[in-house]
Amino acid sequence: MFTRDRAIAKAILLLVAGSASLCWAAEKYGLGRVATPQEIAGWDIDVTPDGAGLPKGSGNVALGKTVYDSQCGGCHGTNGEGAAWDGKAIDRLVGGQGTLHTAAPVKTVGSYWPYATTLFSYIYATMPFQAPQSLSPDEVYAVTAYILYLNGIVGKDAVMNAKILPKTAMPNRPNFISPDPRPDVKSVACEKDCPGQR
Amino acid sequence: MLRRIRVGDPSAASHSPGAIPGTRRRDFLRQSALLASSALGVRAIAAPGSVSAPRSENLPPNTPRWMKVQGEPVVSAPYGVPSRYEADVIRRATNITPTLWSSWSFTPLQDLHGIITPNGLVFERHHAGTPDINPEEHRLMVHGLVSQPLIFTIEDLVRLPSISRIHFLECSGNGLTEWKAPKEKTVQGTHGLLSCCEWTGVPLSTILDEVGFKPQAKWILAEGADAAAMSRSIPIEKALDDALLIYAQNGEMLRPEQGYPLRLLLPGFEGNMSVKWLRRLKLGEKPFMTREETSKYTDLIGNGTARQFTFVMEAKSVITFPSGGHQLKKRGPYRISGLAWSGRGRIRRVDVSTDGGRNWREARLEEPILTKALVRFRLAWNWDGGPAVLQSRAIDETGYVQPTRDQIVAVRGTNSVYHYNAIQSWQITQNGEVNNVHA
Repeated sequence: MFTRDRAIAKAILLLVAGSASLCWAAEKYGLGRVATPQEIAGWDIDVTPDGAGLPKGSGNVALGKTVYDSQCGGCHGTNGEGAAWDGKAIDRLVGGQGTLHTAAPVKTVGSYWPYATTLFSYIYATMPFQAPQSLSPDEVYAVTAYILYLNGIVGKDAVMNAKILPKTAMPNRPNFISPDPRPDVKSVACEKDCPGQR
Repeated sequence: MLRRIRVGDPSAASHSPGAIPGTRRRDFLRQSALLASSALGVRAIAAPGSVSAPRSENLPPNTPRWMKVQGEPVVSAPYGVPSRYEADVIRRATNITPTLWSSWSFTPLQDLHGIITPNGLVFERHHAGTPDINPEEHRLMVHGLVSQPLIFTIEDLVRLPSISRIHFLECSGNGLTEWKAPKEKTVQGTHGLLSCCEWTGVPLSTILDEVGFKPQAKWILAEGADAAAMSRSIPIEKALDDALLIYAQNGEMLRPEQGYPLRLLLPGFEGNMSVKWLRRLKLGEKPFMTREETSKYTDLIGNGTARQFTFVMEAKSVITFPSGGHQLKKRGPYRISGLAWSGRGRIRRVDVSTDGGRNWREARLEEPILTKALVRFRLAWNWDGGPAVLQSRAIDETGYVQPTRDQIVAVRGTNSVYHYNAIQSWQITQNGEVNNVHA
């Protein structure tokens, strides 16, 4: 999909460079300028569940542990169990399976997140908190593998790359519901001698 | 960078500095200095008696002091600020987040009048702090399933046809502390992730026409230029309906904490989707499944399933006077006042009860009554000096009636975090204290 888009963009670029640009300006406001494939490639950092947007590279659980211990554990706990800062918990990454229907649900990568690609995407674009976008694709693949391993989703010899990650099934995926069922809470506007409303 | 003023927290100085692990020592020291300097301000703010008692020398029949001297000359404050007697009308941060970079602060609804939120008091919700963006170096890239990927400067966008609209903005986490028990003391804490501004910008549909979106494009990824690369998937129907690319609020360029120099605004939708510091729009066939629309901003229901893509903010109202923390000094006439809003359109009616929901009276709605905007309601009330429980109930133009907490919990349980829009109860005690209760 990505390369096809680039091809289309290139074709249009050629068109606009020619006489077609006059027509373009006549139909539209013509403000803004064409984004080049290089410019798009630099900013196009999202990753979707089908794996589109995943960069080249790979990383395994062992490298992931090294990256995690130096970059992530300070906030997310030695084994992904979360840590407290200023007396308040920082996101826990591991555990919580079987708690979502209880009075104290624990939402983690393992218990809640529906897509493994989202984990990569989020780390790649925003982590570590103290230096976002400082990890290489290999390091992000590795630390993704490690967090999935800590959650029992992949084995300790697992390797992650652009082919394997989109195929990695997340256990809570079937429990997400859309479209929005609201309005789901029906009330009536009682006016006099109502039972009292809590 | 660090705000040390938290709701329900008169002495912010008790907090340790919120530096994160791995932060450089220089930053840590800077924050400590900020903390120390802000502690003085907190003390002044915490004291309700900071406005000194009236002095008889300035009261009738005497000529007040300020008529006997010249006042401050013009441009004493080139950008004007509120009177020093309003120093406690400020945003206050939540006290439940580990850091103030990924945190939120509340609008002081108890101190505001009308429906417009002043720019300096609009609630904040950042996931990686407020970026410092030079508008000359900011770009909006629009690409994906389009005929022509384009890059716009702010200057380009301002040249396109603009419109101004008044809309509320509410975080879907507004009231998240209130599901299980009444937690926050004031309406600032219970409902303050809510603001309403006049927004100026370009309809998103105009930009989509410029790039020529393809028929198979059903979703648009909106991405911010902050360190959280905040990103959400927007349905194309909303983009073509009333979505706006905003560069100004309440007549001036956006404030940095509100997305300067460019943000998205999706009227009536949960605030998180109105992505700030907007730098990229990518059109695609399916939702992008970003972290914020999967692991966050999804609503966990009691049975363990989670609702995804719950966008609209359902009708809601709250009494802002009297509200938690206020003190009624004597019995007699009062004017109950509050706010109502709906993400589905206009507010049709607001009812008020002073007896815990047994009997209701229709409140007066102040003009203007705009779609997806705050509406101010008022109702005369005579406090007889006895205990009372005040509630308000909004009904919007779709006929939706704001539910009670019990009704919401019966359907969803108490784990949803987001989209809590229950009727709020304020208990008035015999000595005039106003408390947050589930009554």
